[in-house]
Amino acid sequence: MLTRLLRTYLRPYRRPITILVVLLVAQTVGNLYLPNLNADIINNGVITGNLHYILDTGFDMIAITVLVGACAVIAIYYASRVAMGVGAEIREALFTRVQLFSARDMNRFGTASLITRNTNDVQQIQLFLQMALTMMVIAPIMCVGGIILAIHEGAQLSTLLLVAVPVMTVFIGIVMVKVIPQFRSMQTKIDRINEVLREQITGVRVIRAFVRSHSEADRFAVANEDLTSTALRVNRVFALMLPTMMMILNLSSVAVLWFGGRLVSEGSMPIGNLTAFLTYILQILLSVMMAVMVAILLPRAAASAERVQEVLLTVPEVSNPPHPVRPLSQSGAVTFDSVSFEYPGSERPVVEELSFTFEPGETSAIIGGTGSGKTTLLNLIPRFFDASSGRVLVNGVDVRDQDQETLWVSLGIVPQAAYLFSGTVASNLRFGRPDASDEELWRALEIAQAKDFVAAMPGALEAPIDQGGTNVSGGQRQRLSIARALVKRPSVYLFDDCFSALDASTDARLRLALKEGTTNASVVIVAQRVSTVMHAERIIVLDDGRIVGSGTHRELVQRCAPYREIVVSQLGEGAAK
Amino acid sequence: MSMGPMGAMRGGAQPLGRSKDLRGTTRRLLARLHPERFKLALALVLGVTSVGFMVSGPQILGSATNVLFNGIIGKRLAPGTTKAQAIRQLREHGESQIAAMVSGMHLTPGVGVNIDELGRVLGLCALVYLAGAAFNYLQGFTMAGLTQRVMSNLRRDVEEKLSRLPLRYFDSHSHGDVLSRVTNDIDNLTTTIQQGLSQLITSFLTIAGVMGMMFWISPLLAVVSVVTIPLALVVTYFIAKRSQVQFGRQWERTGTLNGLVEETHTGHELVQVFGRSEATVAEFREQNTQLYEASFRAQFLSGIIQPSMQFIANINYVVIAVLGGYRVASGLLSLGAVTAFIQYSRQFTMPITQIASQMNLLQSGVASAERVFEFLDAEEESPNEDRDSPVALKASAAGQVTLENVCFRYEADEPLIEDFSLDVAAGDTVAIVGPTGAGKTTIVNLLVRFYEIDAGHILLGGVDYAELTRDEVRRAYAMVLQDTWMFAGSIGDNIRYGRPEASDDEVLEAAKAAHVDGFVRTLSDGYATLIDQDATNLSSGQKQLLTIARAFLANRSVLILDEATSNVDTRTEVLIQEAMASLRKGRTSFVIAHRLSTIRDANVIVVMDQGRIVEQGSHEVLMAKRGLYFDLYNSQFAGVAT
Repeated sequence: MLTRLLRTYLRPYRRPITILVVLLVAQTVGNLYLPNLNADIINNGVITGNLHYILDTGFDMIAITVLVGACAVIAIYYASRVAMGVGAEIREALFTRVQLFSARDMNRFGTASLITRNTNDVQQIQLFLQMALTMMVIAPIMCVGGIILAIHEGAQLSTLLLVAVPVMTVFIGIVMVKVIPQFRSMQTKIDRINEVLREQITGVRVIRAFVRSHSEADRFAVANEDLTSTALRVNRVFALMLPTMMMILNLSSVAVLWFGGRLVSEGSMPIGNLTAFLTYILQILLSVMMAVMVAILLPRAAASAERVQEVLLTVPEVSNPPHPVRPLSQSGAVTFDSVSFEYPGSERPVVEELSFTFEPGETSAIIGGTGSGKTTLLNLIPRFFDASSGRVLVNGVDVRDQDQETLWVSLGIVPQAAYLFSGTVASNLRFGRPDASDEELWRALEIAQAKDFVAAMPGALEAPIDQGGTNVSGGQRQRLSIARALVKRPSVYLFDDCFSALDASTDARLRLALKEGTTNASVVIVAQRVSTVMHAERIIVLDDGRIVGSGTHRELVQRCAPYREIVVSQLGEGAAK
Repeated sequence: MSMGPMGAMRGGAQPLGRSKDLRGTTRRLLARLHPERFKLALALVLGVTSVGFMVSGPQILGSATNVLFNGIIGKRLAPGTTKAQAIRQLREHGESQIAAMVSGMHLTPGVGVNIDELGRVLGLCALVYLAGAAFNYLQGFTMAGLTQRVMSNLRRDVEEKLSRLPLRYFDSHSHGDVLSRVTNDIDNLTTTIQQGLSQLITSFLTIAGVMGMMFWISPLLAVVSVVTIPLALVVTYFIAKRSQVQFGRQWERTGTLNGLVEETHTGHELVQVFGRSEATVAEFREQNTQLYEASFRAQFLSGIIQPSMQFIANINYVVIAVLGGYRVASGLLSLGAVTAFIQYSRQFTMPITQIASQMNLLQSGVASAERVFEFLDAEEESPNEDRDSPVALKASAAGQVTLENVCFRYEADEPLIEDFSLDVAAGDTVAIVGPTGAGKTTIVNLLVRFYEIDAGHILLGGVDYAELTRDEVRRAYAMVLQDTWMFAGSIGDNIRYGRPEASDDEVLEAAKAAHVDGFVRTLSDGYATLIDQDATNLSSGQKQLLTIARAFLANRSVLILDEATSNVDTRTEVLIQEAMASLRKGRTSFVIAHRLSTIRDANVIVVMDQGRIVEQGSHEVLMAKRGLYFDLYNSQFAGVAT
């Protein structure tokens, strides 16, 4: 998955990557050549007392050092450009893809998970790429180059590498295999602690009301103890890592001098080569360390790449028809023609055989208990879901035959959970129609019973709104969300149980104003409160996904037993007469 | 060496924060280490020992090189002569350069490499390296124990603090902020102390040790190297400072971009239906480009620290090689000393880059520590210990609640509840009504002593709250709050929350009474079904029912129902009302609800508006008054008349 993803996204960067590799090769070769020159200084300069030679070679070394430094800096430049560029492109690809997702696609992944994929997962890939583009290139060249040169300096001595390199690799491998799962279990325990603390904060009222502080403290103590002992174990094992690696490096040097020393004394190896060999063996072992450390990042990056690909390869469930049909008018008529909807693989449909029409200029209401299918019914209109059988028509055309953009233009939605975007009151109200005038905004606010509190906010229309609308109360949020739909002036309004946070008198005033403000549109209100729906021209009573009654409040009270039951429970016996 | 860039990146991976009071916070942080001071001293001793061994390694290795070199040169000289004779002979042959070198060496002409001596030296060297590694490990081992204990204690203190904070604190601080202090900041601090402290100590010790050795071997070469150290430090400092600014910008832009992603994904359907997809993508693209620029600069700048260090190290290496070669050739220095020197200079750059990256980490760690300390300093509730002899509440009068001239304000200059009196007999129902935001929960806050009253008295069963502990007061109440909070655990445990010792039969009984039993049975694991953190696997109606069952089982004498049924679906509501009626039977209840049926049956109705109590009386009395209650009541029927 990782290679596939990277192959796609690295393709445009072929040139910078080629330059990068050339530079890194040059840099590494230069670094490897330096000890060679040092050996020459000793063999040809120091031993023979040739001071000129020492100086000349010294200048060569300086020149190479400067070149190596320049190569390294330019290489880092390209590596950062490529790694961060690829990251940015993956982020954009993810974001644009999710924009095409249907409601069900969103549900399948979950909002939180999609956010992490766009942030943490991309970051993992980016980090890996940055490391890989430098170290993954350097390490093999340095390792192979080091081995070749080491053999060149002393072929017999290089058999030492056959011991040192595997010992180093195996050791780091063992520590990693042992430590990484422990790190993961430590993370789970940190999560556990955070969960307990989170509960203590969010549930503070319940905990105190039920006098449970002590047992909460016990729960925390257990989690804390658990984390501490795991962290202790992990860190103690981890403390072994660096000293052991240094020990392997240093003992290798000792071994080189011991075996090399005998070769030197036999005269089969010049002493200058020995010092060069010492440097090479260190470089080889360091490159092994480097490679292993990058390799540690690999599994995480691969897992992240998989999660990213999963999103990128998802074909949105709802897509535009190849030949969209344009409705002839924008009257606002919505017709359900024996519509059923069920989730794939579920035993029972959520809604079944629904047939009715919402007429323009009329207010229709849908009432029913939780799980009766009210919201599902509403979601079929903007194609958040597609009907399993039957047809939903908006403006006389099946929604599946319309271009989604065209369909959405005619709809104004007020969801159950009012959600505002960060910005200002005005920017939120203009969400559906960026060119609306201030007068239009105030008109909408007036209908939504939000004029007074907006006028009282510092800055009025320009008052700042936090993400999600958390800086206004729930009731205010709902009213702004209603005003937002009004500014859009659609031909169909869909209100999904959005009056619940309003007190009864505000609710009543709003409904009255709404009636006047939406004269030619069809208005659909979903609610649980009888007082909200009782004035509607037509009320549809849903129970278990089926229509059990349809008519005015008066008619339903007479004829429809489930409706009567609701009325009695909410308004008392007297209201049902 | 690979440690450099990795360290720098890790440092940059923490959100950077600046501390306001670096010195004060550092001192407090050190104070927390105080109980571990002996361990810390031990770790320091172990560290010094380890560094001592480690830095003497190259020196011993150098003398091994000398043994070899002496052998090689010695073999070239005529056997049987003394060193002085050999030098004279060399001078006579016009090889004055080599003569000078030989004069500085310990050799016997004609004798080759002394393998025994080489073996002895290298054996010693291996032992020294082993000892160094062992002490280094022991230091790490000690430090791990020390830091874990310190952090464990800090976490414990933070948790204890949570339970001592007044409700006022939680209401006036966003949950997100508190949570972030007790989780993210603590985690960040732990990482800092765990990685930073140990490495910082080792790094400084290594620098000191290496420098000492270098001066000992050759003051001249040491001076040359010492010139490059400040250079390395300055270069690192300058680059690190600039990259830190870029990292800061990178985090800021990551935050903005994440905000946009979160917002757009959360409001996905709105974005689609309101036709905002294109505009949002355009905005994303712009912010993404900005993030790209910032993160490129941050990566590039932090990335060049390591090559710069390498560059300085290489220059140093060349200078030592050339100058050292010169001096060996002139007999002023041994070859072994030069090779040792080269090794030392290579050991130098690593601790410096490590210190640079640790500084980044440390800075964000101190900023986190400051936020944690700020939290620990927050004002606490007056202590309320359980007394030895608890005041006995008479069972018969337990449900009697009296408020006498109660005054309360959230803000000192904003009068809220003034001189409020109410006498509630055991078994009575009090309804609290009023428009949205009227402050109905204030009454609840005072009754269960989430907040303390400013003046007046509240009596429970005839005993003044002032004579009771908070826990004693709260043990008289059971609450069903608007916020249907559940903890992560099984459904059964959640129902048992108010009475953990309840038997399974009692749980079942409460569940049946609250009509929870029906849907729990449809779940795969019944009462053992686990509820996740936000109870997302239950509908809001089901959660509400569970909180009712919880109150049932708790079996307290006074009941508080805070808009309890506003989210329950219409059919179950009928059943709930029956259950509520039986739950209220024999208990005093305070009900906050929009439901007319509960209000009408109440013994007393308290009408609130804008945080204050405006009317008080029975349904009939209040209707006759034609005040706010009258309006509220009638508005429910608005629109029906047509």
